[in-house]
Amino acid sequence: MSATTAESWSSSATRPNAPTDRRDKPQKWGSPLTYFVALLFIGVCVAPVLYMVLGGFRTNSQITTDPAALPHPWVLTNYADVLGSRRFWGEFANSVIVALVSTIGIVVLGLMVSFVIARYDFKLKGAMYSLFAAGLMFPMVIAITPLYIVIKNIGLVDNLFGIIVPQIAFGLPTTVIILVPFLRAVPHEIEEAATIDGTSRLGFFFRMMIPLSLPGVVTVGVLAFIGSWNNYVLPLYILNSDANYTLPLGVQAFSSQYSQDTAKVLAFTSLAMLPALVFFSIFEKRIVGGLTGAVKG
Amino acid sequence: MSKTLGTDTATGRQSQGTLGAGETAVSASPASLRAAARRRGRAKKRLEIAVLSGPAIIMFLTFVIFPVVLAAFYGFYRWKGYGAPTDWVGLDNYKLILTDPAFQEVLQHNFLILVLSLVVQGPLAIGLALLLNQKIRGRSVIRVLIFVPYVVSEVIVGIGWSLMLQTNGALNDLLEHIGLGSMQADWLSDPKLAIWTLMGIISWKYIGFAVILMLAGLQSIPDELFEAAQIDGASYWQIQRRITLPLLGPTIRIWAFLSIIGSLQLFDLVYIIWGPYVSATAGTSSMAIYMVAQGRNAGNFGYGSAIAVVMFLISLFVALVYQRFVLRRDLQGAVTGGAA
Repeated sequence: MSATTAESWSSSATRPNAPTDRRDKPQKWGSPLTYFVALLFIGVCVAPVLYMVLGGFRTNSQITTDPAALPHPWVLTNYADVLGSRRFWGEFANSVIVALVSTIGIVVLGLMVSFVIARYDFKLKGAMYSLFAAGLMFPMVIAITPLYIVIKNIGLVDNLFGIIVPQIAFGLPTTVIILVPFLRAVPHEIEEAATIDGTSRLGFFFRMMIPLSLPGVVTVGVLAFIGSWNNYVLPLYILNSDANYTLPLGVQAFSSQYSQDTAKVLAFTSLAMLPALVFFSIFEKRIVGGLTGAVKG
Repeated sequence: MSKTLGTDTATGRQSQGTLGAGETAVSASPASLRAAARRRGRAKKRLEIAVLSGPAIIMFLTFVIFPVVLAAFYGFYRWKGYGAPTDWVGLDNYKLILTDPAFQEVLQHNFLILVLSLVVQGPLAIGLALLLNQKIRGRSVIRVLIFVPYVVSEVIVGIGWSLMLQTNGALNDLLEHIGLGSMQADWLSDPKLAIWTLMGIISWKYIGFAVILMLAGLQSIPDELFEAAQIDGASYWQIQRRITLPLLGPTIRIWAFLSIIGSLQLFDLVYIIWGPYVSATAGTSSMAIYMVAQGRNAGNFGYGSAIAVVMFLISLFVALVYQRFVLRRDLQGAVTGGAA
């Protein structure tokens, strides 16, 4: 699709100049205003986050006397304290384990079922897709009370798997919705060629489909990772002991425990959001691409 | 565009029996060939389908669908969460929920947030996306930066904002510095103000997502259309109104759906900033907050399950109505099945 668009673009560029000129005109006029609004918007989006990060470099007395100001002087002890604490790293490790295992589970199971929906023809195919699409309507928060009862009955309360397993289940709808169009888009000629070369459909899945749908897989994986990293309501219900806390619970516990030590709370909070931010910045294009693919169906 | 392409190739290749390029392909296939292809290796295919889709479906049914069914069962009992429920109370839990003024209040909050999110964020996001869709420098950096609030977790957003919005916090301090001291307020605990503060925080957190979606939607509109309109002498605003907005329709409708579902399940932010009890007096509590406070925190799992069922039914109702009347064209056959 991008190829055709690019082609039509270049062909239109060689046309007479008149329409191009008309197109440029409003852009030149609107340009400074555009930059101004864009900068303002970015400022509004980023300033609160920046405030938290910078607040971690200040002392409590700086924050109390002048809440909206830059660090003066810059203090590193807050961040150093947090980075030196076993508590932070314990919660960090829990979050990493939960996010990684959940992501792997979501990607593997989601890829398998999406492959079936996208590439097999059978009676219940539509129903299967509808089932997962319907799952989009029931976010975890709504189901949390009965979900907790189920987890309790299978004995996974206060266990990291009590978070991982439901997260995989609740991550599947988005995964299926995003991956099915990706898997459908793989041209049938490739599958045909593979069949002629004697590859079974499963062989085709592993050797061709997975590599070819990698952009979609990355999108789904990053979304799953960030979703898990930020999940709050499920750990809130399932985890009881401090040693099992993931970062969102840990951040909240820390902030109420050290409510007088604002600077350290800000340092802890900033460090807790860092991995999701870094992860996202690296894969930003992929996520947006994947989301658009899903929207276009 | 890619969809039609896929269909073309699929209809040409059906003799191979490799169907599955979507519903459109199925209807176009010669039935006899399909039947022949099906008979070949039918058992093997079934096994593959079962092995590949089984785990996901079992997981999904066990942890997404089954809990809802279970909630419907527990909702008829007065039950503290231990042992088997025995104290059957019929519809009493539901009567209690629907007549509880506190629940009616949280329901109002949810719907206020729902409507405001659509009315405030929608036009704002479309406007910003149109603006950012021009050829300006640093577009990729802008896209990353406006997405930041969406990626940061609700817990962190909540802690950050509740620190900034305290009466002696950064926002009031900033207002003082720039000479707007008269606008200082008790953002979090003033019951008249708190819900608007919450609305502000929600808009801040989710507007970036809306803008990114709209931008992506805008970029999928072929340039030829704009060029053709320009050649025909359409003005900038005519183009936006007659071409951009209609073609952005699917994106807007999907975004609105996600926003509606998000508004109905509002929980984390309120729970972190206000907590289950203060939120009731500050006028910011939501259905999910009510469920957690009355259910788990009070130890009434029967009642909590009934609230879950009510929330579930409300979401289902809203979603189905929306799907039926608004989304029908975009998600054909996805949720409403063959109705579309």
